Amino acid sequence: MIGFIVRRFLLAVPVLLGIVFVTFAIGRLLPGNPCEAALGEHANANVCAAFNQRHGLDKPIPVQFLTYFGEIIRGDLGSSLRFGRPVTDLMVERLPVTVELALYALVFATVVGIFLGLISALRHNTGIDVGTMLIANLGVSIPVFVLGLTFAWIFAIGLKGTPLALPPSGRLSSGLNVISLAQAWHLESLQGPPRVLIDFVSNMYTFNGLLRLDGRIFFDALRHMILPAVALGTIPMAIIARITRSSLLDVLGLDYTRTARAKGLGERLVVFRHAMRNAMLPLVTVIGLQVGGLLSGAILTETIFNLTGVGRTFFVAITSRDYTVVQAFTLVIAVGYVLINLLVDVSYGFLDPRVRVSS
Amino acid sequence: MTAQALTARSIELPPARGIVADALANLLRNRSAVVGLFILGFLFAVAVLAPVIAPFDPVDSLIRVGGKPYTAPCIHVLGCAASQPEHIAGLDQNARDEISRVIFGARISLFIGFTTVGFAIVLGVIFGAVAGYSGGWADNGIMRVMDVLLAFPSLLLAIAIVTLLGPGLNNALIAIGVTQIPIYARVVRSSVISVKELDFVTAERALGASPLRILSRRVLPNSLTPLIVQGTLGIATAVLDAAALSFIGLGAQPPAAEWGRMIGDAKDQIFTAPWLIFFPGVALSLTVLGFNLLGDGLRDALDPRLNR
Repeated sequence: MIGFIVRRFLLAVPVLLGIVFVTFAIGRLLPGNPCEAALGEHANANVCAAFNQRHGLDKPIPVQFLTYFGEIIRGDLGSSLRFGRPVTDLMVERLPVTVELALYALVFATVVGIFLGLISALRHNTGIDVGTMLIANLGVSIPVFVLGLTFAWIFAIGLKGTPLALPPSGRLSSGLNVISLAQAWHLESLQGPPRVLIDFVSNMYTFNGLLRLDGRIFFDALRHMILPAVALGTIPMAIIARITRSSLLDVLGLDYTRTARAKGLGERLVVFRHAMRNAMLPLVTVIGLQVGGLLSGAILTETIFNLTGVGRTFFVAITSRDYTVVQAFTLVIAVGYVLINLLVDVSYGFLDPRVRVSS
Repeated sequence: MTAQALTARSIELPPARGIVADALANLLRNRSAVVGLFILGFLFAVAVLAPVIAPFDPVDSLIRVGGKPYTAPCIHVLGCAASQPEHIAGLDQNARDEISRVIFGARISLFIGFTTVGFAIVLGVIFGAVAGYSGGWADNGIMRVMDVLLAFPSLLLAIAIVTLLGPGLNNALIAIGVTQIPIYARVVRSSVISVKELDFVTAERALGASPLRILSRRVLPNSLTPLIVQGTLGIATAVLDAAALSFIGLGAQPPAAEWGRMIGDAKDQIFTAPWLIFFPGVALSLTVLGFNLLGDGLRDALDPRLNR
């Protein structure tokens, strides 16, 4: 098993190097040159020569690549040209919002998707099946931004004044303030990675409310999460529903399922204990693949719902040509995506002994 | 059973059909494919006939004839006062007729879908064929680059590429095309590898057939089915991604009547002018739905294993 995990990890190394190279190339292939991009109209030959020397841009490209690589390893992603702050600071502040959003979207997609796929497979070729698959087909086809704006309109305007009304933007109602976990737990003197971790969790407001047992913050933050999470999770939900249905149908037609039925097992036992286990395998891969879609979908969702996460920051960085941020965020999201798929591969080995043996 | 009865039975057998006719018959029996074909047929008709059916020019502001920005939809048969000019989908922020823009948008979206996927298929076939044929380091090199491209979420990579090339519809098309290359390269490569070791291909090579001939006569027909299926589904993805790029301002530039751009321009007006989101949103979703349904149907119809 350990050998299997190591092999999978080694296979990911060239891809990770490739990603670093691509993001490096993004930084060097900018329209104009980095100096003009950074300094704008202040750029002239003298200023640029100093700028290039300061940032090592006068050195040969391979040296520049190694320098860039070294900086990344040390966790230095450069400074935002627009905010004048280290990108890592922005990351700790804003990544939690995106992670929280993606988490709820993924929970929604998985729970609803598996449920729809399950009833669709068990009621194969009935009205329920057709209806669910219609929902699934529509779900994959409606763009995130159309769905998000439609939700905002329905729940903030159409249902205004009813208990079903939901806030269309922001993370908390006005008047509510979040106390950071470090402050609440008197850990302000804490430094280094543990502090980063606490601040990270602290910036996920629902978790913050939960950990401090503050019900008002928790429920308010959760209410603000519903619309963006459902909008973001709909495409993955539809994909998961389709895969659950088709892989469950495959398994239900196999001999061993018939044997299970023939020996008199109840339908519930046949489906959940026997069929679902094998049907889960393709599902795990598909759920892992959805994470990439969630991360890029977050760019659109956060823009619509006014959430200051990585996605919205990325959007602002694009429009204001803040290249270091674009570069750094592309790197972090792509690396995160590869690592999650690595995790999926490894979990495959746990779930299916055949994978371990054959590789 | 008498000999006469046997002959009678064999006469009742349906005549043998060719592969294409078979696939077509399967396709027309497939519910989702028929719905998809219907939607796309409608869409093509709208795109081709746009100048005829659109009541106004898509980029012409109606301010000079008294039109006001953000005018709500007015349909006479639904009770809108006859004194007001009819605008089925209202007017947009520049007082342009929204329905005409939605109608002309069909042209841009279909153009986007076919050009990006065409571009990706051509390059994908070349890379996949070279990788599959030569094997060794060329194969390794090409496929690792494809792996890296696949390692990025497609929209994110497209955004990064457009940031480099500069915003605009053409650059957006290139960016989305690049993100799709690996899909087709993988299909063709695996097809090349499975075909090139077959005896009749070895024999053909021994007779002096060029790699190009083997590619066009033996490999491509073999990978045509997955290419068509992936291509159809790829168009759906391309239309979605292009709309998303335009939505954030990196794709089609004003005054182009592109659905994603129209939604992006109107997103802050969702509470005051929701029709500016609704009409292009429905058009966009229908287009993607059409290609998705057709792609799914094609996969079922073209798969001989599912032939019953």
